[in-house]
Amino acid sequence: MSQSIIKIRDLNFSYNGQHVLRDVDLEVAAGDFMAMIGPNGGGKTTLLKLMLGLLPADRGRILILGKPPKEVSHRIGYVPQDVHINKDFPVSVLDVVLMGKLSPRRGWSRHSKNDRVSAFQALEKVEMADFYERRIGELSGGQLQRVFVARALVTEPDLLFLDEPTASIDTKGQREFYVLLKQLNQTITIIVVSHDLMVVSGYVKSVACVNQRLHYHGHAELTGEMIELMYHCTAEEVCPVEMIAHGVPHRVLHTHEKE
Amino acid sequence: MIEALQFEFMQNALMAGLLASLICGIMGTLVIVNRIVFLSGGIAHAAYGGIGLAFFFGWPYLVGTIGFSPIMALLMAAVTLKAKHRSDTIIGVLWAVGMAIGIILIDLSPGYNVDLMSYLFGSILTVPDSDIWLMLGIAVTINCVVTNFYTDYLALSYDEEFAQIRGVHVKALYFLLIALLAVSVVMIIRMVGLILVIALLTIPPYIVEKYSTSLIKMMIFSSMLSAIFTVCGLWISFTFNITSGAAIILVAGTGFVVSLAMERILPKISRRAPGMLEE
Repeated sequence: MSQSIIKIRDLNFSYNGQHVLRDVDLEVAAGDFMAMIGPNGGGKTTLLKLMLGLLPADRGRILILGKPPKEVSHRIGYVPQDVHINKDFPVSVLDVVLMGKLSPRRGWSRHSKNDRVSAFQALEKVEMADFYERRIGELSGGQLQRVFVARALVTEPDLLFLDEPTASIDTKGQREFYVLLKQLNQTITIIVVSHDLMVVSGYVKSVACVNQRLHYHGHAELTGEMIELMYHCTAEEVCPVEMIAHGVPHRVLHTHEKE
Repeated sequence: MIEALQFEFMQNALMAGLLASLICGIMGTLVIVNRIVFLSGGIAHAAYGGIGLAFFFGWPYLVGTIGFSPIMALLMAAVTLKAKHRSDTIIGVLWAVGMAIGIILIDLSPGYNVDLMSYLFGSILTVPDSDIWLMLGIAVTINCVVTNFYTDYLALSYDEEFAQIRGVHVKALYFLLIALLAVSVVMIIRMVGLILVIALLTIPPYIVEKYSTSLIKMMIFSSMLSAIFTVCGLWISFTFNITSGAAIILVAGTGFVVSLAMERILPKISRRAPGMLEE
């Protein structure tokens, strides 16, 4: 349980001469369910991409499962933020999920019957099995998001990264979605990026605040400090304007009362 | 048409047209879904530099073009990968410079004036047997590569980042795609010309994209549609004695307009996302 599945030391990344991430240290234990929160442009997605080996770090070291990201990226299930890429692409739901079955060692480019069966099972898990023959462009945003989760699950990952997974799902759907994640968390370590604290907070085990720098909180309580980091001012200052706009403090307090 | 086929040059023209259709159907589909139409245009135009080289040094046509075009193409591809947001500008520069080199080299070549028209519209009616065999070889190669790497190309065309995470050799396959594209374009330019290459690479795949449920179907439908356009165009060209390349393009263009009209009248058949044309 307490074995570190992610180890990041002194990580720095800049883009076009601008610092995106500075001196980031992070250790994530196996079995964790971590929410990564922070303002837009704070570097959350960048950090995910660094951990996936899609971007090279300027300085510092990332070890995932004890190895550099590029070597182990196939053991990470990834649900990207923008699911609307290529909506006109001629591809069916099942074929998208089957992309999760690609692996570096496969020679001849064919999917086996087993691959199809597990792709179908992944679709059943996210309740999209009835849509397997549909073309991707016919789905709604929420349906697409679930197909992308199925594509990540079919990789049988040790780690699951989700980038704003509930962006196009309604509130009821979001709750169901996090119930599904909680269930998956029994076997998989999960990191979810979100600017939406209210739904996340009830299910996550730890929180990392990312705004160039990273602050890790080993428990899922939201503190004034986190809010300060996110919005560059104290909770009192921020509350009347920003917080009402985001709906954050009220629901956060609600969750705390329950606990 | 049947009587026309008694002539050997018509048989060769038909054969060349059908092979070009097959190649353009497969490569065009990948060009459209990877959004590298502009890059293809760049390759096709920069190929003129290769023609110039061949004339200036007295090399055979294919040595000049097949040497020069893939180099320019891979240069463009490297730029697209390195600096995505600036790639269109740099492709534009290479596009223009490639053509200029070609024209100057041909100016400097002693006593020989190549016809620019034959580069633009090709000379499908004078295709020799040897070119048809070469084209067949290219078609077979492309078929093998695309069949072998079909799921990888599907994944990298749809979602490059995810493909990379899965361990697909995205960069190597992308460069292979561009190299194949360059060789195909050069070969087809010789027969049907620069303008027809671009038309066949883009029009049929765009028309069939909305009716295809998979990449492979899109490739097959595009090849079939290209073949229909080519045969009709050749027939019109023969009957009315007009330039064959231009006739084929006009048939394809008419097909394009008809398909847009159908999309409006029968929107249900089209699977393209609504609002696409307004964008």
